[in-house]
Amino acid sequence: MSPSSKGALALNVALIGAIVLVFVDGFAWAAGWIGDRRISGGDVIAAIEYNGGSHPGYRRAHTKGLCFSGTFDANGAGAALSSAEALQRGSIPVIGRFSLAGGNPLAADGRNVFHSMALLLRTPDGQEWRMALDHTPIFPVADVASFVELQRATRPDPATGKPDPAAMKPFLAAHPEVKAFQEYMAKAVLPSSFANATYYSINAFRFTNAAGTTRTVRWQFAPEAPLTGLDKAHLDMLPRDALFKEMIARTARGPSRWHLQLIVANPGDVTDKATVAWTGPHQTIDAGTLVLTAVSSEETGACRDLNFDPTILPSGIGLSDDPLLAARSKTYSSSFTRRAGEDPGPSAAAHLVRERAR
Amino acid sequence: MSCRSPDFHPALRAVHWLMAAMVMAMLFIGVGMVSTAGPLYPVLLALHRPTGIAILILVLIRMPLRLATGAPLLPADLPPIQGTIAKGSHILLYATMIAMPLIGWGMLSAGGYPVRITDGFVLPAILPHDLKLYAALRLTHTVVAISFFALILAHLAAALMHGLIRRDGVLRSMTIGHRRDDPRMNGD
Repeated sequence: MSPSSKGALALNVALIGAIVLVFVDGFAWAAGWIGDRRISGGDVIAAIEYNGGSHPGYRRAHTKGLCFSGTFDANGAGAALSSAEALQRGSIPVIGRFSLAGGNPLAADGRNVFHSMALLLRTPDGQEWRMALDHTPIFPVADVASFVELQRATRPDPATGKPDPAAMKPFLAAHPEVKAFQEYMAKAVLPSSFANATYYSINAFRFTNAAGTTRTVRWQFAPEAPLTGLDKAHLDMLPRDALFKEMIARTARGPSRWHLQLIVANPGDVTDKATVAWTGPHQTIDAGTLVLTAVSSEETGACRDLNFDPTILPSGIGLSDDPLLAARSKTYSSSFTRRAGEDPGPSAAAHLVRERAR
Repeated sequence: MSCRSPDFHPALRAVHWLMAAMVMAMLFIGVGMVSTAGPLYPVLLALHRPTGIAILILVLIRMPLRLATGAPLLPADLPPIQGTIAKGSHILLYATMIAMPLIGWGMLSAGGYPVRITDGFVLPAILPHDLKLYAALRLTHTVVAISFFALILAHLAAALMHGLIRRDGVLRSMTIGHRRDDPRMNGD
């Protein structure tokens, strides 16, 4: 081989190497292995576990739960806002789950935290509408970075059981938006039952009706059972599983009902921040009734092996510009994938359901 | 087989390059969407599923086309081991193109997710709702994806080696084709 063809060979080999390297670099960048640091689902879970400890085999958040089933009886009024089959007049089966905030599967019920309801509505056309609702109309933070900081700042000090003021103070100074939620939680009635709480969509969504008109909507499930509150001054006196026990006993006596109220955004309403409530009069449509007829433990019910990802939506309902929706979806997905690979642990409600059956 | 064309069938070449772009985009979308909890996540996810199903449909068209139209002979002076590696890697590429969308579809089925492809279009589940199965398939989806990317890069490097270093017409057989007056057009 002549020196010049040797040089040409080296050049060609280098060119091929460079082309391959461009693809490798691009791939590493797309995967987030190089370049700007981004927050993944795993990062959010790490922050949650930093706050509340690691509980393999369980949901990473809203861990203590109870399955339920029932129906959603749509009256057809929601069709004015969305073409989703679930909102057309008719009745469809529902799988649901009540839970309390936090990652501890055996946590006490007497805590001033989210009371939550998750729902899965499956229509005959194969589409699903999944929801993860909380008993507060707003969320403490508006985006994923702030959520990670919130988890880190509010980690309970083992000595006091309360967040470390040294971490909390700078966090609150940097996040004035959290104040609205704190004030709400301090003032609002903490429901004495899963059955008498109003559950809110937290985020805004886009509803599109059959005519193609799109509106931004938040929704809530308003209970028929009258709201009464827990004694917030003596929450620590509440038996560990009081809310779960109450719901199991209540359901043995008869069904519980909620009305799905669709709330249409007014011009100027904030749609991309779950920290901001919509105030004043709003067009509200009662779209139907959720009827809860049975509860069961996570071991025997249908809810445990489901991811109640609120971005799983039917045709006629879409995501809004709220960045928290993407964060919730990714985090739930990472939590789901992790626990899928672990053996599920026993639920706090299992023995309560068994006792009731005896 | 002196009558064999020195080039892949034009239709096969068209599908090859269309799928090359789609598969590459798919791999980048895939690793990108799992890396972030930001607003890009649902956007990429909404691209990932229809693109995956489109790749599955295309490869199911492409495979019989490839079997029917055949492949040009490899250069006679190519060491046998390289010929074996070439054939084996092509079988692996086809197998992966079929497997990846099916693993994704099966994984969503096992996870109890609706296999929503586009607005209003949901595919049926192909596996039972089983979290252990979901976890295994979810991991497999990642491992096969990374291996697939490595395989594609090896395929690309080999193609460039043929085109730039050996200059033996192999790269041409999947790109612009040989000229009509090329001696290989009449068999060699």
